[in-house]
Amino acid sequence: MIELNFEKTLQGSNGKLLLQISEKIENRTFLTLFGESGSGKSTILNILAGISKPDKGEIIVDGQIWFSSKQKIDLPPQKRNIGFVFQDYSLFPNMSIEENLLYALGRGDKSDVEKILKITELSDLKNVKPKNLSGGQKQRVALARAVVRKPKLLLLDEPLSALDFVMRKKLQDELILIHKEFGVTTILVSHDISEIYKLATDILQIQNGKVIKRGSPSEIFGKSKNKGLKFIGEIVEILEDSYLILVGHEIIEIHNMQNSYSVGDQVTISTNTFLLGDCKISNI
Amino acid sequence: MVDNQFLETMFVTFKLAGITTIILLFIGISLGYYLAFTKNRFKPVFEAIISMPLVLPPSVLGFYLLITFSPNSWFGNFIEENLGLRLVFSFEGLVIASVIFSLPFMVQPIQNGFSSLPKNMILASYTLGKGELETLYRVMLPNIKPSILTAVIITFAHTIGEFGVVLMIGGNIDGETRVASIAIYDEVEALNYSVANQYAITLFIISFIILLFVYIVNRKFLKSQF
Repeated sequence: MIELNFEKTLQGSNGKLLLQISEKIENRTFLTLFGESGSGKSTILNILAGISKPDKGEIIVDGQIWFSSKQKIDLPPQKRNIGFVFQDYSLFPNMSIEENLLYALGRGDKSDVEKILKITELSDLKNVKPKNLSGGQKQRVALARAVVRKPKLLLLDEPLSALDFVMRKKLQDELILIHKEFGVTTILVSHDISEIYKLATDILQIQNGKVIKRGSPSEIFGKSKNKGLKFIGEIVEILEDSYLILVGHEIIEIHNMQNSYSVGDQVTISTNTFLLGDCKISNI
Repeated sequence: MVDNQFLETMFVTFKLAGITTIILLFIGISLGYYLAFTKNRFKPVFEAIISMPLVLPPSVLGFYLLITFSPNSWFGNFIEENLGLRLVFSFEGLVIASVIFSLPFMVQPIQNGFSSLPKNMILASYTLGKGELETLYRVMLPNIKPSILTAVIITFAHTIGEFGVVLMIGGNIDGETRVASIAIYDEVEALNYSVANQYAITLFIISFIILLFVYIVNRKFLKSQF
């Protein structure tokens, strides 16, 4: 169980922002932090990792105090037993893939390196230096490196956002596999709703430094109430009498112009029950 | 003809440059690391002090070192009474002076190397449970090899080439403080152009080989890593 209860004033581009979090996270949860850029999601990860320090409060993980302003405890990242995956991979260029993992492992059991290389399909590349890898491969190494020493907590800061669609899907499957295999409590920062649906068991929706909603993916993003269909999309172009909206990887044209939106707005599109009955479903 | 005096002078020259470089390597890594990551608000002051030898006329530096090292000053007197070392017109004094005037040549490239490392790479090592020292040796230093190599070579070469400070503080004692750059001046004064040329061409060739080596090694490193 991870108990978070802290405050920190952030200096954002829009002035000061008070980050205030008070949550409990069960072990083995796959939690996603979801919310706009600049709402404080990454800072929460950094605070958990010990890279950033809260102004006050406490962080308790399985009964061990990681941070407490009252007791003046602040464990450095080295003592927190975490795995952290950065958006920019941050592999060590001087080491081969296997050496990156061995360095992370330290004195642990070397067969774990073999095992994780197999899970992430990197066995054939183990002697290659990071510079010769593709983005997807690098991110897999970063993931493997973060979990090889079996951390108590895995922190993922938008790890897949720089990858293309296909590679992203593949790595999402790997994340699920790793989460099952190691049962490590995982916290993911993500903007991608389909990704969150696929991976998360629990979501914290963050806005302006506060949790505004917590629940399962369907509780947060809403199930269309049994009859209609509901999509979330982004307006990409406004034509004379219609909006072009990006939903997943499809562009949909909607002729309803009752409300005025501008390009870039996130919107939900819903159908009414009548039409749904006429929907056709077929294999791809 | 290569005579004994020539060999002795070249030996003193390279011994001085070698010892100075080794001492400065340790100082350079420590100071470079500190300056690259410190949040101390006096950092510009430290940087200015370290860079002084770059802009100060060598004779000015040499003059103050001469005053400081002289047995008549409290520092020179203290060293002489406690360590039995006289720092003016001695090899030991030359080493200390060289360490001071070559300091920026070692510190600056290493500091720049540390500063250019991606911050997340260092944090990644910390989150993997590694301490600062292990991160320094296994992640940071191997990834700034070109900076270290540049710093070492430039320091070495600069120490060989320094004239003003060496003349002020070392004088021209055969086999003790007489280095090649001084010898060239000396031989020209005595109109021994051929001997002066011997020294000059030796320094010329060695400098070229050293620089060529640095560029070749750095190119290889950059190709292998990035």
